[in-house]
Formats: sequence, C-alpha cells, structure tokens
Amino acid sequence: MPTVSMNVNGEAVSGEVEARTLLVQFLREQLRLTGTHVGCDTSQCGACVVHVNGVSAKSCTMLAVQCADAEVTTIEGLADGDDLHPMQEAFRDNHGLQCGFCTPGMIMSALDLARRNSTPSEQEVRDWLEGNICRCTGYHNIVKSIMAGARAMAAVRGG
Amino acid sequence: MHNFTYHAANSVADAAAKVADGEDAVLMAGGMTLLPTLKQRLAQPSDIIDLAGVAGLSGIRVEGGTVTVGAMTTHDTVANSSEVAAAIPALAAVAGHIGDPQVRNRGTIGGSIANNDPAADYPAALVGLGATVCTNRREIAAGDFFTSMFETALDEGEIVTSVRFPAPETAAYMKFPNPASRYAIVGVFVARTTGGSVRVAVTGAAGCVYRETAMETALEGDFSPAALDGMTASADDLNEDIHASAEYRAHLVGVMARRAVAACG
Repeated sequence: MPTVSMNVNGEAVSGEVEARTLLVQFLREQLRLTGTHVGCDTSQCGACVVHVNGVSAKSCTMLAVQCADAEVTTIEGLADGDDLHPMQEAFRDNHGLQCGFCTPGMIMSALDLARRNSTPSEQEVRDWLEGNICRCTGYHNIVKSIMAGARAMAAVRGG
Repeated sequence: MHNFTYHAANSVADAAAKVADGEDAVLMAGGMTLLPTLKQRLAQPSDIIDLAGVAGLSGIRVEGGTVTVGAMTTHDTVANSSEVAAAIPALAAVAGHIGDPQVRNRGTIGGSIANNDPAADYPAALVGLGATVCTNRREIAAGDFFTSMFETALDEGEIVTSVRFPAPETAAYMKFPNPASRYAIVGVFVARTTGGSVRVAVTGAAGCVYRETAMETALEGDFSPAALDGMTASADDLNEDIHASAEYRAHLVGVMARRAVAACG
C-alpha cells in the first residue's frame, strides 16, 4: 500500500493508505480527526471541507495520496488552545449553528471567503455557501456569523 | 470505489507513457468528475495518472488579442484573473459560475473539456469563442473537439495542454442552472467577433454542445435581442429528464440566447 506523508494542522503525519482512500477517511479514521464530517459523500454538502495548501476543498472528493506533502488544515487546527479562532467565536456569538453537523465545513469554507474578502456582503456570503448545506436550514445566522467573523479577522490583522 | 494504482506524473511525456503502460489507465486533472464517478462505481480504471504535479500546465497568458489558459488552470483562477476579466470578461464569468467554490478550487479547464459533460459550461465558451484546444500532439478547433456526449476528438494517450481563446468584440454567457448541481439545464454563449460574425453555442440542451446557426444568421443581420424574437430551438433530439422536457429546453435556448445578446450590451 502507498505511504502518504503530509502536514496536518502543523504536524507532520504519514500513514499507509490504499490509493482509493479519500482524504476525509485518512483524516477521520487514521488520524482520528473527527471534526471533519461526511454528510453526503457526493461533493454536494460541504460538511467535509478542509483546507489544502490554504485553499478550501471537499475532502470527500480528494484522494489522500493527492495530498502528499501538502499542508492540510482541519477544524481542529483553528483554535489556539482554549482560545477559539475569531470565525469560531463569531459562530458562537451569533448562534450560527443548530445541530452543528455542517458547522466545521461551514467554518472552513467561510475562512476561504474571508481570505479573499474581509467585508463580504450578505449576498456574497450566500453565493459563497453554494457548496455548503445546512439541513437545519439555519442559514440566516450562519450568514451573520460569517460576516461578523470575516470582519473580526480583519480587525485582528489590522490590530 | 474499486481500488486502482495511483501514479503522479512529472511531465506530459511521463503522463502519456504511464497511460500507455496501464491496462485501463485514466488521467486525472482536478478529479471533480472522475472521483464521484469512481465512487459510484461507474468506472473501474486500473491506474490513475495524476497531472497535478506536471509543471507548465497551469497559468494564464494574454498576448495581443489571445488568452491562453493552461489545461490544469482551475476555474477559480480563471474566474479571478484580472487579465481574463480585461480581455474576455465572459470567460471569467463562465468559470465563476461552475459548481461551487470548492469545485472551482480544484476543477480545471482541461479536465472539464476532456470529460465533455453535455451540461458543462466550458464547452459552450470554447465553441462560442471559436477557441483552439492544444494537446501534446496537435491543435484542434473547438468545433471539432466536442464530438458527442462525454466524447471528444482526443485520441488514446492524447493530453490537453492548453486552450487558446481569441478575444471577441463582445460576448456573454447565460445559464439556467439546475438549482442543486449548478450544471446548465440550458446555457447559451453568444459572441460577436470584430469582423461581425456571430456564434451562438448551446450547452445542457442536447447530448453535446452545438451551435444555433439560424440564430447566428439572424444576429449577424441585427445584433439585438429583438432579432431572436419568436425563435426557439427545435425540440427534436434535445435532452429530456426529470428537470426539464425537451420542449422546455428548446424554449430556454431562445430565452437564454436573448438574455445573452442583451448582456453583450
């Protein structure tokens, strides 16, 4: 079986995988990073979004072997100890989750938007969330959270 | 997903050699169609040859009136390229409305056109703009490249390296998307060259991208939405599925074409 090495949340990791092993399977089943969820397994719902080399990607639609030597960031890599990332904090402050299943993907997707646009409008956030589905239909507060989180991140960078 | 042997190619020649070596090898660009297809066990390749590590296949070059997009350039890169936006804004707009942000981050122009999904957006842009597909062996006019549903003029082991687009005088793409997948139920790309010739390329409606030549003739006489009043596509041979009947798609071709002409300004 191929051995794959990558950097996940700042730590070098490697493991034996089958060629067909999905990135999300490697993260959840081998690294036990179960914050990344599998919702639909058909690249529709976005519960599995992580960052690969700084860019959001659906980890159910990537092979682990495609991430050889890549920098992967999952939801577990955001908080600094007990200090939540500003985007996580914004989801808490704005009640941006109901059941919470879609939340890791929502936050990882939101961070890719915030990287490009620190003051997204409501419409820009809604357009960006094309690939993230919340089956509780809690979009209203998710959108509020992302707008607040992006601005909070910009304020941190500015300060 | 059935298992396979994974190979990372380091050059186009290496990829071509690995494809030839494999019993039933396939190339992978972004994998946005290939991986879902494998998960559904609709294909069972012996080998996957990943093009991600091949240098020189990504990037955008604008020279004179020509935009050249490397085969492994992602939809996100094309959508956000200021050079593309300046030279052919309709091309950036097409790329920016494919799938969702994560699909655009991984999906590539070469992968999209080599797959030739009948509802994909890029085929309409290539045919509408009269693009040229460059491969490791030759150059193929877009009009000859897309041959039928999921089929192209590519030979075994032939690899798309880039796509060359001549900048039109004006162009626009209008898509009526499937609300779930964002694939085109019908998409129409209209372009007029500086010489005044017009192309109307239609995706999503039929088994393969095609040109509405009657509309092109009408628009060459009068480049305005009114020139298409009363014109629809023939419903014969159009796609019919749970999303739309052939008659509805035929109607949408006329509506999207008029909207595209209006958007050309």
